[in-house]
Amino acid sequence: MAKARIKLPESTKIGDVIEIKTLISHVMETGQRKDADGKPIPRSIINSFKVTFGGEQVFAAELHPGISANPYLSFFMKVPGPGELEFTWVDDAGVRVVEKMKLNVV
Amino acid sequence: MKSSKPDRRKFTLGVTASAALVGLAPALLAQDAGEGWEQVVKRVLGDAKPIEGKVLVDLPEIAENGNTVPFTVSVDSPMSETDNVRTIYVIATANPQPGVATFHFSPLSGKAMVASRMRLARTQDVLVIAALSDGRFLMSKRNVKVTIGGCGG
Repeated sequence: MAKARIKLPESTKIGDVIEIKTLISHVMETGQRKDADGKPIPRSIINSFKVTFGGEQVFAAELHPGISANPYLSFFMKVPGPGELEFTWVDDAGVRVVEKMKLNVV
Repeated sequence: MKSSKPDRRKFTLGVTASAALVGLAPALLAQDAGEGWEQVVKRVLGDAKPIEGKVLVDLPEIAENGNTVPFTVSVDSPMSETDNVRTIYVIATANPQPGVATFHFSPLSGKAMVASRMRLARTQDVLVIAALSDGRFLMSKRNVKVTIGGCGG
């Protein structure tokens, strides 16, 4: 699991409902496919995603093999004030990617 | 040389087993092998009868590539402390594993809307169920014609 990309508005005001877009590179192997020798390829997906703001949960998702490779997620948040967002992705192997981003509130 | 082979096999099996354990997390859409979408829906709804058609589902009518089908789902909700959408479930009825994703909202969400991309193995109905804070459920169904199926799901 590697790079994550997060898009936030450049600046926001308290009470704004903002869109947050995230993208992370991951094969999202379904566990249904077979390799060239006919052996099943083990499942390997990002199975969970969580976003918190100042420690409080904003949005979370459980992902299954039906989500496409390089999972893209867009969701919303009502801005309570200035603070930091924390994004966490976890895959089947237990690999965890954590990104933190400050929200620019004017 | 002789012993290196079984060792590698053991390692692979170990990894598979631990992956399966992670999959056992109490996710309603994670299903046992061979389980149909009907059981998945039943586990979400219990005995509740959903209100039909109140979830907005934006999906293409025809998906040329079943590997990445963009979708947006939303519910018109004030998303206040007392009146909000708790969870949205997305189920692809003809995928080998019908559960696609479960999305959890909070009063901080501001808006009950989420977008992502799904795999669709073939032409099928996609079901979207929203669980509301008052215990009611909303459900919408959308048919998507798939030209080239996404392997898996």
